[in-house]
Amino acid sequence: MSRLSPARMSPRDVLRVGAAGLRSRPTRVFLSALGIAIGIATMVAVIGISSSSREELLRQLDRLGTNLLTVEPGRTLFGGDAKLPITSTEMVRRIAPVTSAAATGELDATVRRTDRVAKAITSGITVRAADGELLTTLEGRVRTGKWLNAATGRYPAVVLGSVSAQRLGISAVGGQVWIGDRWFTVVGVLDTLPLAPEIDRSALVGFDAAERYLGFDGHPTMIYERSSDSAVNDVLAVLPRTVSPENPDEVDVSRPSDALTAKAAASGAFTNLMLGLGAVALLVGGVGVANTMVISVLERRKEIGLRRSLGATRGQVRVQFLAESLLLSALGGVAGAVLGGLATVAYAVSRGWPAVVPPWAIGGAICATLLIGAVAGLYPAMRAARLSPTEALATA
Amino acid sequence: MNVVELVSVTKVYSGDVAALRGVDLEIGAGELVAIVGPSGSGKSTLLHMIGTLDLPTSGTVRIAGYDVGTLSDRELSALRSRHLGFVFQQFHLAAGVNALDNVADGLLYNGVHLRERRERAAAALERVGLGHRLGHRPDQLSGGEQQRVAVARAVVGDPPLLLADEPTGNLDSTAGASVLDVLHDLHASGTTVAVITHDRDVASWAPRQIRVKDGRIMAGATAGADA
Ligand SMILES: Nc1ncnc2c1ncn2[C@@H]1O[C@H](COP(=O)(O)OP(=O)(O)OP(=O)(O)O)[C@@H](O)[C@H]1O
Ligand SMILES: [Mg+2]
Repeated sequence: MSRLSPARMSPRDVLRVGAAGLRSRPTRVFLSALGIAIGIATMVAVIGISSSSREELLRQLDRLGTNLLTVEPGRTLFGGDAKLPITSTEMVRRIAPVTSAAATGELDATVRRTDRVAKAITSGITVRAADGELLTTLEGRVRTGKWLNAATGRYPAVVLGSVSAQRLGISAVGGQVWIGDRWFTVVGVLDTLPLAPEIDRSALVGFDAAERYLGFDGHPTMIYERSSDSAVNDVLAVLPRTVSPENPDEVDVSRPSDALTAKAAASGAFTNLMLGLGAVALLVGGVGVANTMVISVLERRKEIGLRRSLGATRGQVRVQFLAESLLLSALGGVAGAVLGGLATVAYAVSRGWPAVVPPWAIGGAICATLLIGAVAGLYPAMRAARLSPTEALATA
Repeated sequence: MNVVELVSVTKVYSGDVAALRGVDLEIGAGELVAIVGPSGSGKSTLLHMIGTLDLPTSGTVRIAGYDVGTLSDRELSALRSRHLGFVFQQFHLAAGVNALDNVADGLLYNGVHLRERRERAAAALERVGLGHRLGHRPDQLSGGEQQRVAVARAVVGDPPLLLADEPTGNLDSTAGASVLDVLHDLHASGTTVAVITHDRDVASWAPRQIRVKDGRIMAGATAGADA
């Protein structure tokens, strides 16, 4: 006599049976899948939006470069303000990997619309002497008009940073503003400079003009410098000694792009809290699935009995309900991933960012839903499988 | 060879209810038997023993030569899928699923591909006179038709033994007759059929009757003993 062994069900049949169980209760399936979908959508959107924001910052960094360094006078040993030597810009230009360098010097003068505006009202705008190479070094652009040249740098001409122009209410060139105690002609307005926000809030006059009309002593208060990317660290190391061989300690060197880099690194910080919220939503969704499955098993005892009479093993009954639970939560997971992706794209587009949904987030979402489906379905499936055929069939 | 062999089978349910008290029974291949007796006499319990849906408290149950008491749950399931077909008083059809797929599910645990399952389901429905109702859902069928779909599902795998527990209990006499005709045809084509009924007219329709009372077999324990 041949040994009896049950036939294996093909994976397709397992899926078909699981799906059939769901199809007979569409409303309940929709609602419990929705629970999972909300949790997954939250997590995917949180990850997607913070990835998009990081991507935007990284692209900005890429555009702006990380090879810009600034040199400022620090404090003297006795606590006073140090001064950079007049020759320091020249010295910086002599460092081999340096491709360009430019200086600005802060002036005491204020800029006003007219001489009738009180002297004390600065509008937060600083007047600076700027050397001709400044725009090149900052890789900035003129929005209207022209940058200072050899001629305009000697005359009472001024170029305004973007914020200064706005605060003074000036959008076209040719007008005049009152600086110190005389009229300066506005010859240009600059675009925003993300790496040098202090220039946005400046009124820039040529070095010669500053010396002649505004009493500039020629000592730079800030030197901007660019080098090749690979040499940034070397340049960083030699800058203080180059600028001030006697007092290298009185020189502060910094890298403006560091602020952006830090921001990019920190853009995951608020994410943890939001991820936690998503995880709670997901947990609640999982409880919903488990609940649906427990009810389903209670309601379908007769079906279970019938299947046992048709030859289903305990294992096959267990697999059927597990498959149903997995499908249910996978349904929610896929819907949630799509919703989360769409939310990310919508938000990113509205902010003008590149939309980024990392593949690992989608992969994680799928793993999470499968895990939830398995855990939520395990107990109901075991109960279904434990039912004896006669008990199941005898249900009223 | 006997398809069914019961030797001093007893079944005691929890609460000391003795539903079967020492039953000896043989059913030969190709027989059509009616199991009759008053309500609560143990007919359904007897059918559960024969159908391996439950195990006896003591005694031996042998189906198609297999000693049921020695088989694991997996082996019992395999035995049911290959050797046994069941028809219940309630039809147990899946709502919202058409007749063809309800019947095809009778082969779900036999390792048969979906295409073949549907082909054989169509043939089985043809056999019970429902070849024109393949696409109908249970709620679009009469009670008699629904029970014939259930019969088709029970026999789609060609089991040697068909067990029916009051298959006409929920049907009027015309519908009941149509179901009994189908069972009779199956018997004629070689299937062993055991039908529980407490309707005397239905019982007299079978060549052999097994009379159960108080958990004992009063008559018809072996073929030809009572006719
Ligand atoms: N699961 C159970 N637990 C306890 N007692 C049971 C159980 N199933 C049946 N019984 C009892 O066993 C006895 C026989 O029941 P069974 O269902 O076999 O009778 P039956 O002949 O099929 O009756 P009917 O014609 O009403 O269907 C009855 O007294 C019944 O109450
Ligand atoms: Mg009964």
